[in-house]
Amino acid sequence: MNIKKSRFIKEKLRESSVGIAGLGGLGSNAAIALARAGIGKLVLVDFDRVEKSNLDRQYYFLNQVGKQKTLALQDNIKNINPKVRIDCYDEMLEKGSMEKRFRDVDVVIEALDEAVTKTTFIEEILQKLPDKPIIAASGVTGYGHSERISTKHLGNLHLCYDEHAPSSDDDVLFAPRVALIANWEANLALEILLGEDI
Amino acid sequence: MSIEVNSREVEWLKDESVKDLLKRMKYSFPLVIVKINDKIISRSKYSETFIPDNSKVAVIHMISGG
Repeated sequence: MNIKKSRFIKEKLRESSVGIAGLGGLGSNAAIALARAGIGKLVLVDFDRVEKSNLDRQYYFLNQVGKQKTLALQDNIKNINPKVRIDCYDEMLEKGSMEKRFRDVDVVIEALDEAVTKTTFIEEILQKLPDKPIIAASGVTGYGHSERISTKHLGNLHLCYDEHAPSSDDDVLFAPRVALIANWEANLALEILLGEDI
Repeated sequence: MSIEVNSREVEWLKDESVKDLLKRMKYSFPLVIVKINDKIISRSKYSETFIPDNSKVAVIHMISGG
């Protein structure tokens, strides 16, 4: 155990914040990973409620079905790490002001579902908050093929990307791969916040 | 006189817009993020943005799932 490194990371993360757009398979799992790592603050944005069909890959529990995802996830995070400060916004992202809740966070994670919304969100963040690092993901469907996933750094856009995975409109989502990419996003967030690990 | 598109070297054409380039590369995906030398090009500017010589172009296709 490298105590000096551990202390540096703890302190740095404690004063860092991450905003997550969408609390489905990507967002809920990424939030939990960041909470365990000791992130200081999370901004959670989603308009949806927990459904039974979400439980095959999203970080919720049976007794939370029907509950707002923001509040359910807040409870789950608090049960793991009560020190995380959490801002919940139970609302839909509105085209034209999608960056609204993310102005003050250090890093933005795109964890949305629909390809159109993903693209619109990324474009708005890059244009309106040009200095803000944003992490996005594309290609989460199916199983296996972990080695096809890679990180693309495009300026302030950091993309977890599998260009060969089909769209979820034509394929299925499974917990291992969804969580893999969610954790990939969380891992990238740490790298951006802390600098490259050496 | 060449440009790089998704790490592939292709010929640079004078007065070629982003829209023309996507067509030439046969990128027909409905959803793309286009960056020229790390600058994102907004969708509404695809026709009026011309590709400079020696530029690095990244065309990213977002698909549903999350």
